[in-house]
Amino acid sequence: MKSFTYERARAPAEAAAAAAHVAGAKFIAGGTNLLDLMKLQIETPAHLIDINGLALDRIEATADGGLRIGALVRNTDLAADERVRRDYGLLARALLAGASGQLRNRATTAGNLLQRTRCPYFYDANQPCNKRKPGSGCAALEGFSRQHAVVGASDACIATHPSDMAVAMMALDATIETVRPDGPTHAIPIADFYRPPGDTPHVENALTPGELITAVTLSKPLGGIHIYRKVRDRASYAFALVSVGAIVQRDGSGCVALGGVAPKPWRIEAAEAEMPRGAKAVTARLLGDAKPTRENAFKLPLVERALGAVLAQARG
Amino acid sequence: MKFEHPAKLNPIDDLKVIGQPTDRIDGPLKTTGTAPYAYERHDVVANQAYGYVVGAAIAKGRIASIDLNDAKAAPGVLAIVTAENAGKLGKGNFNTAKLLGGPIVEHYHQAIALVVADTFEQARAAAALVRVNYTPANGAYDLAAAKNSAIKSEPSFGGPADTATGNFAKAFAGAPIKFDETYTTPDHSHAMMEPHASIAAWEGNKLTLWTSNQMIDWGTSDLALTLGIAKKNVRLISPFIGGGFGGKLFLRSDALLAALGARAAKRPVKVALPRPFIFNNTTHRPATIQRIRIGATADGKITAIAHESWSGDLPSGGPEIAVTQTRLLYAGANRMTAMRLATLDLPEGNAMRAPGEAPGMMALEIAIDEVAEKLNLDPIEFRLLNDTDVDPEHPKRRFSQRNLAECLRLGADRFGWNKRNPLPAKTRDGRWLIGVGVAAAFRNNLLVPSAARVRLDNRGMVTVETDMTDIGTGSYTIIAQTVAEMMGVPLENVVVRLGDSAFPVSCGSGGQFGANNSTSGVYAACVKLREAVAQKLGFNSADAIFAEGQVRAGNRSATLAEAAGANGLVAEDTIEYGDLDKTYQQSTFGAHFVEVAVDAATAEIRLRRMLSVCAAGRILNPKSARSQVIGAMTMGAGAALMEELVVDKRRGFFVNHDLAGYEVPVHADIPHQDVIFLDEIDPISSPMKAKGVGELGICGVGAAVANAIYNATGVRVRSYPITLDKLIDRLPDIG
Amino acid sequence: MTTVTLVVNEKARTLELDTRTTLLDALREHLHLTGTKKGCDHGQCGACTVILNGRRINSCMSLAVMHEGDRITTIEGLGSPDHLHPMQAAFVKHDGYQCGYCTPGQICSAVAVLDEIKAGVPSHVSDDLNARPQLTDGELRERMSGNICRCGAYSNIVDAIIEVAGVQVSGAKA
Repeated sequence: MKSFTYERARAPAEAAAAAAHVAGAKFIAGGTNLLDLMKLQIETPAHLIDINGLALDRIEATADGGLRIGALVRNTDLAADERVRRDYGLLARALLAGASGQLRNRATTAGNLLQRTRCPYFYDANQPCNKRKPGSGCAALEGFSRQHAVVGASDACIATHPSDMAVAMMALDATIETVRPDGPTHAIPIADFYRPPGDTPHVENALTPGELITAVTLSKPLGGIHIYRKVRDRASYAFALVSVGAIVQRDGSGCVALGGVAPKPWRIEAAEAEMPRGAKAVTARLLGDAKPTRENAFKLPLVERALGAVLAQARG
Repeated sequence: MKFEHPAKLNPIDDLKVIGQPTDRIDGPLKTTGTAPYAYERHDVVANQAYGYVVGAAIAKGRIASIDLNDAKAAPGVLAIVTAENAGKLGKGNFNTAKLLGGPIVEHYHQAIALVVADTFEQARAAAALVRVNYTPANGAYDLAAAKNSAIKSEPSFGGPADTATGNFAKAFAGAPIKFDETYTTPDHSHAMMEPHASIAAWEGNKLTLWTSNQMIDWGTSDLALTLGIAKKNVRLISPFIGGGFGGKLFLRSDALLAALGARAAKRPVKVALPRPFIFNNTTHRPATIQRIRIGATADGKITAIAHESWSGDLPSGGPEIAVTQTRLLYAGANRMTAMRLATLDLPEGNAMRAPGEAPGMMALEIAIDEVAEKLNLDPIEFRLLNDTDVDPEHPKRRFSQRNLAECLRLGADRFGWNKRNPLPAKTRDGRWLIGVGVAAAFRNNLLVPSAARVRLDNRGMVTVETDMTDIGTGSYTIIAQTVAEMMGVPLENVVVRLGDSAFPVSCGSGGQFGANNSTSGVYAACVKLREAVAQKLGFNSADAIFAEGQVRAGNRSATLAEAAGANGLVAEDTIEYGDLDKTYQQSTFGAHFVEVAVDAATAEIRLRRMLSVCAAGRILNPKSARSQVIGAMTMGAGAALMEELVVDKRRGFFVNHDLAGYEVPVHADIPHQDVIFLDEIDPISSPMKAKGVGELGICGVGAAVANAIYNATGVRVRSYPITLDKLIDRLPDIG
Repeated sequence: MTTVTLVVNEKARTLELDTRTTLLDALREHLHLTGTKKGCDHGQCGACTVILNGRRINSCMSLAVMHEGDRITTIEGLGSPDHLHPMQAAFVKHDGYQCGYCTPGQICSAVAVLDEIKAGVPSHVSDDLNARPQLTDGELRERMSGNICRCGAYSNIVDAIIEVAGVQVSGAKA
């Protein structure tokens, strides 16, 4: 870990301004991913701005009947919130499927959205990785790729986004609220938040330098049956091979997002029109452009079968 | 004491303490965090500096140049050790690659430098400033590709590479039922929870190392040999070891580099291997390719059996001895086994829990299940039909004890085997496909000399000292039980001191030989102490009865404290063995039963029930022995379902080198586990009449899981681990 | 260097630390509270579990300087060899360990898990998100899954926790 200076931020706008002014600054909240990467010098901030003291840890009802989730709400607290459990079961389920009890007690809502990939080549500084070191190549393309993306990736990077929570947020059309160093607040629909890897896999999201996530808002509850199905080798404490987050209405319509298959939580709204026709039709639209490797081609039938099970469960 | 004849009745047979499910005597220390592990010894020496290891970034080649300037200039840095400045180093007898590489790099993450600094944070940061230029070389990393170049390996601790009895080829060709399949097992990591760690301190030319090592005497010898100093100048201390499983049998880089770092920094130095470094830096269980051929009569008698195994290692390394159980487990007049070793430039392979039998049984016991199905026989019935009382390769040699059949029958009864539908893919429970599988368990019993010293003091306390280690196996407790039984004192009056090279040399912890041999060494020492006590009191030692802190002979009696007198009494002895392990085959047996549930949609596999029945001689402490078995079942379940060091065949290293990537079972993977020990004693094994049990539990359990998955799904997977991707396109239609 | 005051096992401890020092290393290397273990240092094993302001966390994944004024309970704060906490005693009785290295983390986690269930925090295996979570062995296995035991004492650990919870639990299947 490289040495860094440290400050505790007192207000969101102040934190954003500080981040913009100090070279190499990063925010730290839960720390469960950032410190992991700092120990391996994959992240090397020169300055850490501790935002844990910001009063961004509340879950509040919004005027339009939705919820505003503070950026620092811990994963445990979000999953345990009565309103989330009742109205956004998909989100609670996705959170509880992730990490471990200890990690969920620290990990924050904003930090979860910003998790870096778990690609083992990204994690090993001796190996080429375009995400970690732009231009160095991608060792996963011809290496170990069982866990990697089958869709939405590029020749530069086939890493997946590891978050469970973000899959639910994608299905729920969450909006990410931020504050920028120059003061104004912004609202970014989650559909626009994650950047495709293209030639620049190190650019992962729409945040500008210093921009701080302050909250995630959810629209009013959609009703329907909420299911998050995470498929993994180990029964717990493991990242998804594939996950399916779905909200299914009584008439068979609904929305669906996938984890473990793409550089971001994967959702194609056009595919949702196929939901009444079943998993095969939806999967064909979701993964129509899939380019799997030999090692992860199993994710295609797995998604279809997992989605089939989810839809069957929703039918009761 | 030389053990040359089967044991007669002896004080252990009283079973007042031995055989009781005593709580571990070190339990209060372990559960309160007060048991001191290697890296935690703030108490032993002042002024400890921190060492951080730098590992090679390539799999094979040379260091062209190494630039230490930035690292040296970094805050807090005290010294940097490299092969260039470390002086002449030897290589330990148990090491294949050098522990400090350079300029030649033999494998990925081979240690090439140690940075020593005042603090851990400084050492870690400075280690990242060591700049190395490499000249990479081409290497061989793919076992399947190297298979045809594999050669007959030298005889090893697993015996000769090849064995043959009768005429396999002819018998197989003529067999009415022929079976020929190939299985693969991947590389496995021990992944013990405590990283390899050492604190080194020099006093003049004398070195003390607080470390985490299963085999104190091997470690002491190899450290002296590597440093080129006299063994008497090296002391190893390792009272608590946070798991080993074979990964801490040997001197490893933490120990050598701590010693070199302390010499260079002129201060005590502590080194722990960072977790992401351990998988490639240390040893692992090598992958295997195993071909099994079985010929049988239509009524289920094996007439021909062949087991061949291919594995790889660095030059001068050894094979994974995966065929050894097949030499002994089932009858059949015509048989052959063969082991072939390919040169691979991956990190060095070596022993991991039940080397040989663990991966060998994973293959053999699927094959047996497959042949049984081919014969339309119940797999238990097929095993019983081919049971043998003698070593099938040497039919005049009997087993000292062989209760395989009883294990299978009892297990079947307890597990409800008769409720199993023998037809695969026929049992559903909601979304789950349910299957039940069985496998035999088999692991040899090894006899290794072991010494101990016992002291009786004038308070009636008995202190036992041996360099035996407790790696979680319960050595502290069973040694205390042995002393208590032999000397007739309560457990509270026994002090057990382990893991110090200043103590008599024990068998150490490995090969499931620790419990039987170390307690036999303690037994031998206690026999001598009893004689010393009797002599001191003027009692006839043959008549003396040791009980309740007293010695009685005829109508005379005295307390042990009185016998000890002011100066106390000391006795030391070694258990040594005659040829009972040659005249008899000594093995342990068992049966594993597993119920699995396979998700009908996603092929996720979850365990529902596990039972192991073990016949392993006298069980010295049923509580800690049971823990050994459930732990082995858990590790076997990991091997069956998830564990695989993934080889990057282009770049030559294990890719998933952390505990997120190398998945081992978590709580949610493991159901309630049952263990039954047969009431067996084996007087041919030792005066304790015990045998090993710590590895028996892993041998065969993976195959029982595989067979249960087949029963659940009708899909036979012959390549471990059995993950959902190997099932997903072959699952039965969801009805 | 930064100064931070932690309240560890009910005692205020002021330390001057390199900002890079994790909470785990502050405990082990600076306060010599070595009961909290370093198994992976990357949030992947749970050996470093401590209870922070009443909730269990991985102390390896937190910087000490982020915990000014925080209350930390380590294994040493739960009990001592002569005065075992009920969970510690239950681990001894049920042989809920072997090598002992993951054990302090398992015990800290187990103590906090019972509080989590009491507080109504749901888990991945809770059937009904809106009902109170039940104290079943399936719930315990899921909630304890962030604590790896390579010796494989899981079955015994669950027995120990169940005894402390003081309930008869029903078996939960896969």
